[in-house]
Amino acid sequence: MIASIRKAAKVAMVAGLLFTASCSQPAPDAKRTEFNIGWSIYAGWMPWPYAQQAGIVKKWADKYGIKINVVQVNDYVESVNQYTAGKLDGVTVANMDALTIPAAGGKDTSAIIVGDYSNGNDGILMKGAGDMRAIKGQQVNLVELSVSHYLLARGMTLAGLAPTDVKTINTADADIVGAFASPDVKVAVAWNPQLTAMKAQPGAKMVFSSADIPGEILDLLCVDTATLKANPNLGKALAGIWYETTALMTRQDAEGKAARAAMAKLAGATPEAFDSQLTTTFLYADPKAAVAATDAPALVTTMTRVRDFSFSKGLFKGASSADAVGMSFPGGKTLGDAQHVTLRFDDSYMKMAADGKL
Amino acid sequence: MRLVNRQVGRGGRVLLGAAPILLLLLVYIVMAASRHAVNPADKILPLPGAMAESMSALLFVPDQLTGQLVFWADTLASLQRLGIGLGISTLMALVVGLSLGALPPVRATFGPLVTGIAVIPPIALLPILFIALGLGETAKVALIVIGIAPVMIRDIAAHVAALPREQIIKAQTLGASSWQVMIRVALPQAMPRLLQAIRLSLGPAWVFLISAEAIASDVGLGYRIFLVRRYLSMDVILPYVAWIALLAILMDVALTFLSHRLFPWAHGESH
Repeated sequence: MIASIRKAAKVAMVAGLLFTASCSQPAPDAKRTEFNIGWSIYAGWMPWPYAQQAGIVKKWADKYGIKINVVQVNDYVESVNQYTAGKLDGVTVANMDALTIPAAGGKDTSAIIVGDYSNGNDGILMKGAGDMRAIKGQQVNLVELSVSHYLLARGMTLAGLAPTDVKTINTADADIVGAFASPDVKVAVAWNPQLTAMKAQPGAKMVFSSADIPGEILDLLCVDTATLKANPNLGKALAGIWYETTALMTRQDAEGKAARAAMAKLAGATPEAFDSQLTTTFLYADPKAAVAATDAPALVTTMTRVRDFSFSKGLFKGASSADAVGMSFPGGKTLGDAQHVTLRFDDSYMKMAADGKL
Repeated sequence: MRLVNRQVGRGGRVLLGAAPILLLLLVYIVMAASRHAVNPADKILPLPGAMAESMSALLFVPDQLTGQLVFWADTLASLQRLGIGLGISTLMALVVGLSLGALPPVRATFGPLVTGIAVIPPIALLPILFIALGLGETAKVALIVIGIAPVMIRDIAAHVAALPREQIIKAQTLGASSWQVMIRVALPQAMPRLLQAIRLSLGPAWVFLISAEAIASDVGLGYRIFLVRRYLSMDVILPYVAWIALLAILMDVALTFLSHRLFPWAHGESH
């Protein structure tokens, strides 16, 4: 009996090890021809699925002799987690999440396209009259530790309030619209498309939004640094896709309108609703502007704020200081641990697009 | 010797039962170690050391904002919600189930309604719950009750309705009223079944509790899991899941023990 158990255990051991071996992924720094880029629904990221649909992805990928799959992930956080786990080579992500999820998790990540900044897509809503100062002592419903939380912290700082002046209640983004309809919720922080739905409720008033802190909540396209180093063509193709698509969608003719309508459909919104979300999204459709924003000292200031907030909330697991996660910026600037850089703002591909070298 | 006839002794049972669990742990550690060899800061499969470290902070270090020991505050809040939810559901199952099972007119009136509520996915009704009950404890407990009570009610009702007709007739021959038949014949026989129903509902009850805490909360086991899930902190999530599993197993064992102690006749034990 015992002997047979031992035998079975041996077999299981070997099977387990084989299973482990089969699970390991190809080395990220290998030369490859097929790549997966993940995206989730958000106004500033809709160019990606549209480009796939319109054949722009295929055009640029063929030009550089590679294949790019643009994959939709239903849940934003899940998409970032999938990327961190190595299931995706690149992902659309906000600057704070790029720092706190993959970079803080030790995954060396390059932000190669600064796509847009939220210019009112994130907001703090309050029922009844009042301004930011009236928030004191209230309960605030929001997705804790997210960009919304950062926005709340910034808004309160600018209004001269301390973080302990409110009590936050973690509320799932899928349910926050329903939660805001409940009479005992007075203040909530959300982003679009939920924000628009909540603003439509009678008596709701926006007391602070990302338009008050322009350029601080950025939406990026991030790729694995090792993969990018081994396959620079991926970066070139992605930059080519992005700027061709954004040039098309910002045109005010029938073709631009058709592109925007197609994106609205992909986002599950009406063309009017999608256009209104675009007005609160500052899209870097011009590569020159994107390069300028990436090279500006303001980006370092923003990332310092984001980093300090994230560290104060304990998002750098076990780190003893905010410097634990290193970041690098164009022009050799670094922030935090220069020996351990895991988030790199890389403007070289945007530059190529600006110089017409793609 | 055929496998169907092979009895396993006590020692062998412990050994056999532990083997797959230990094997899983071993596979986990091997996989975690291999991932950490590639990336020392890997978050997806944390090593036991990292888990112990992050959990010790939650277990023993008071939170700066609230001054509570996070882990115990979470456990207490969750168990309280679960307890109230299970308590209300059990009471409903007993009262409503007994009436539905024993009284045909009541069954005809409310049976379809209970069946209807039982098949509705409660999660789909959340917005209505929010507006009706707010976002506080009431809504969380209500979600658990709506999720498990109808199933328990139906179980008890079916069990009572299936009692031998002879028993009911005999009780009436001895002069029992409807009320006495319910209290003296149906109720004692429904009790062991009720404990069984609670045991079977524990799993769904935990699922609804965690869902409720994921939606809007500021304390609780589910709240913590969903909060750190955003940052892929598996070093917190895995111990929390293990803790939930342990709590659920303890409850299950306690209910089984209680049933054997209170109703030995229902388990075919010799007197």
